[in-house]
Amino acid sequence: MNDLAHIESPDRFFADRFNVTPSLMERLLGGNLVGRVDDADIYLEYRVNEELVLEENVVKKASRHVSQGAGVRAQAEARTGYAHTDDISLANLEEAARQARAIADRSSAGGSLAVGRPGRAHDLYTLGEAPIVTALERKLDLLRRIDAATRAADPRVTQVIVSLASEEVVMLIATAAGWTIGDVRPLTRLNVTAIAEENGKREIGSWGGGGRVPFDFFLQGERWRQFAAEAARQATLKLRAIDAPAGTMTVVLGPGWPGILLHEAVGHGLEGDFNRKGVSAFAGRLGQQVASELVTVIDDGTIPNRRGSLNVDDEGTPTGRTTLIEKGRLTGYMQDRLNARLMKMSATGNGRRESYAHPPMPRMTNTFMLAGPDDPADIIRSVSRGLYAVAFGGGQVDITSGKFVFSASEAYLIEDGKVTAPVKGATLIGNGPDALTRVSRVGHDLKLDEGIGTCGKEGQSVPVGVGLPTIRVDAMTVGGTQV
Amino acid sequence: MSADGLRTELLVDVLRRAQARGATAADGFLIEEQHFTASVRLGQVDTVKHSRDQRLSLRVFAGRASAAASTSDLSRDSLERVVDEATALARVTAEDPHAGLPDPDELIGRVPDLELEDTTGEEPTPEAKIDLARQTEAAALGFDPRITNSEGAEYWDRRARYAYATSHGFARGYATSGFGLSVAPVASANGEMQRDYWYSAARHRRALEDPASIGRTAARRALRRLGARKVKTVEVPVVFDPDTAASLIRPVAGAASGPSLYRRASFLLDRLGKRIAAPAVTLVDDGLLPRALGSRPFDGEGLATRRTVVIGEGVLESYLLDSYSARKLGLRSTHHASRDGSGVGVATTNLVLQPGTATPEALIRSVKNGLYVTELIGFGINGVTGDLSKGAAGQWIENGELVYPVEEVTVAGNLLDMLAAIEEIGNDLVLRDRTASPTLLIGRMVVAGN
Repeated sequence: MNDLAHIESPDRFFADRFNVTPSLMERLLGGNLVGRVDDADIYLEYRVNEELVLEENVVKKASRHVSQGAGVRAQAEARTGYAHTDDISLANLEEAARQARAIADRSSAGGSLAVGRPGRAHDLYTLGEAPIVTALERKLDLLRRIDAATRAADPRVTQVIVSLASEEVVMLIATAAGWTIGDVRPLTRLNVTAIAEENGKREIGSWGGGGRVPFDFFLQGERWRQFAAEAARQATLKLRAIDAPAGTMTVVLGPGWPGILLHEAVGHGLEGDFNRKGVSAFAGRLGQQVASELVTVIDDGTIPNRRGSLNVDDEGTPTGRTTLIEKGRLTGYMQDRLNARLMKMSATGNGRRESYAHPPMPRMTNTFMLAGPDDPADIIRSVSRGLYAVAFGGGQVDITSGKFVFSASEAYLIEDGKVTAPVKGATLIGNGPDALTRVSRVGHDLKLDEGIGTCGKEGQSVPVGVGLPTIRVDAMTVGGTQV
Repeated sequence: MSADGLRTELLVDVLRRAQARGATAADGFLIEEQHFTASVRLGQVDTVKHSRDQRLSLRVFAGRASAAASTSDLSRDSLERVVDEATALARVTAEDPHAGLPDPDELIGRVPDLELEDTTGEEPTPEAKIDLARQTEAAALGFDPRITNSEGAEYWDRRARYAYATSHGFARGYATSGFGLSVAPVASANGEMQRDYWYSAARHRRALEDPASIGRTAARRALRRLGARKVKTVEVPVVFDPDTAASLIRPVAGAASGPSLYRRASFLLDRLGKRIAAPAVTLVDDGLLPRALGSRPFDGEGLATRRTVVIGEGVLESYLLDSYSARKLGLRSTHHASRDGSGVGVATTNLVLQPGTATPEALIRSVKNGLYVTELIGFGINGVTGDLSKGAAGQWIENGELVYPVEEVTVAGNLLDMLAAIEEIGNDLVLRDRTASPTLLIGRMVVAGN
């Protein structure tokens, strides 16, 4: 039942399946768009998703979804015309090109196509076997083993939900400048949720991971056992959590997923579109000190097999490694082609879109802080009273005021340099432009997250990664209930 | 095509094929939609988007086992593949005694006309639509010299057709339209920038709020945030404006929904028939309100939409169930099934907290020292325990007056405690969105700041 087992190349795939070849796409762009716009492209996408869910000890949900379509974009000055169709045929592509062009036709000056051929695409996730083509029985067997392991981890675990989502995206982009580039993108994520009950109290814990990796990733070193154990531990730990403190205090963030701090505090504010428009709290601050000298923040889409990595972005630009903040100084923005052109900067390979139905915009890939000199244990010992937060749910930011939040799902009190009682989930709130100026210690234990992040912006979701070493933030507001 | 322009025949063919491939029963949903969006920034066109989408989603049963599949490709080859994949997947899922279609006798008969589709007048040109966005933004930018920038204004419209069919031979459909206008201006003063937004959305074009009034409201909302400060950590009464109050109601409905309950992942477990809120609280889900954004004539399983009292004078009167979760819980479906990619879930329609008698001004006046919340950010709600902790912005209340804007604080509590501590409900209910609430006064919550 798998039609994605052998994809020779994205252009062959679309040529064979839809009779749409690179030369046809180029002709379409040339005839309709050249000379009237500053930039134009056609994006073809074929996507298959599979989701398997086990709950109440049995495989309850199995589903498979196919979506395909083409997005045609024309840009003149700051304007974008975008049309998409889910029927990839010549007539529909022509109609989409006509609609996209309608916006460019209002251009005062005759545009020029200034999109040079980008560099070579990376090769970050060629897999022997994509997770979506792995035999169902092997996947279902793993879900059952995880269910049993999670229940066995603690007798208080009463419910377990295990889900495995796999996806394969084949994309091909042709620009009016005459080049075509494609990519085949596998992605998978395993998630374990446990509900624990004790004395009428119930709690929930979850853990998961994945990336642009084969199914065997979960079997390596019995990684799945850690997911099962962690989900059970998170749920049962919370059963004895006390009320979180409320107010401003020293916060120590553990390594890995707490890097969501960077994503919210500085990441979104450093996306090119918000800065070009002058609506980001970081607008016009290139070169200024926006963090303590201990802080260097990188966005890197080139790390092999990571959830946030891409060989080329959704405009065909190879991804890169962009230093956003170097030793506390703001050094770079993340750009797509439109905003790079308008700000007279370089595209950084951060032009991303959720699907063919969405125009690209600047987005993060894998965003992390470089390691520092400190021993993580010393960092905790340095705090007399504070919060130690190691696992988080989601976050959000108001990029204009700079205020951001992220919610701790596993956190502890620090009392006299020691980690003590677990506390209930609490939201942490701060101000982007000054939160990182309060970073006073940075550990040597940089870790990237397990591969679970999805970022939402203007209604578009894309997979991303984050990373952090253990850090100490001297003053942060913790939204607990214990005054 | 059938007479009503819905492609129910295509759907019926697909279901027949599923049965021919060994499915014992099947149902499917077909959505076809057209979307137009135009955004304008600082008077110039920013992005114009046109789209046409279709998606067929299918659920098949092999005895008591089921699976789902969907596709946006409605070609014969692709549909055959989808049917084959779904029937193959159904063979690997477990038998589940509660799985199955609703009883055919319960399916909707005549589909009521809820006036969800605007069929009046001529379709305006793209230029006229762009101009509405331009007027909205211009009204915001012109409102006050401190409105110095904008993230842009947006106009959108959408037309959709829904068809639902089952292998019993049932096939029905309906059409909807939607229109929207929004703007996000930026106010600045003394090096500080604040952004806010306002919007209007409606099923009928003429019901959209006037562009100038949307723009002015957005501008006022951004301006009132200038000069915001943090406050000291304190436990005080908190007043939630209608939008933030609605965002507190949504997770209550989530906890009352079947899937959270049978997973025992809900703070409303075992509370049916019990008091869970102050007596002033009545929460109704009504899917039959004509022209309302959340209305639909039938649910994702073909069952007629109704009006459901979820909380009546503080007592939890009904859960929100599809037929699967209803069977699991030994109850009857409340006709709240929704279809998504991976099968059937539960969704509210128009979820409305019923109004009280006090004006919002009187409600604020009754507070000696407290917080008036106009924005909540973050995902800090635990649906199992009801624990809530969110970032907030708003105005400080002193002796019944709004005295200065507040930001970078959190509000925290537990939804069950909050429902019980609702002291007063405003009379300012406006059904602006699928979930709506008047202004709410909650007796005590922890506000964390300095």
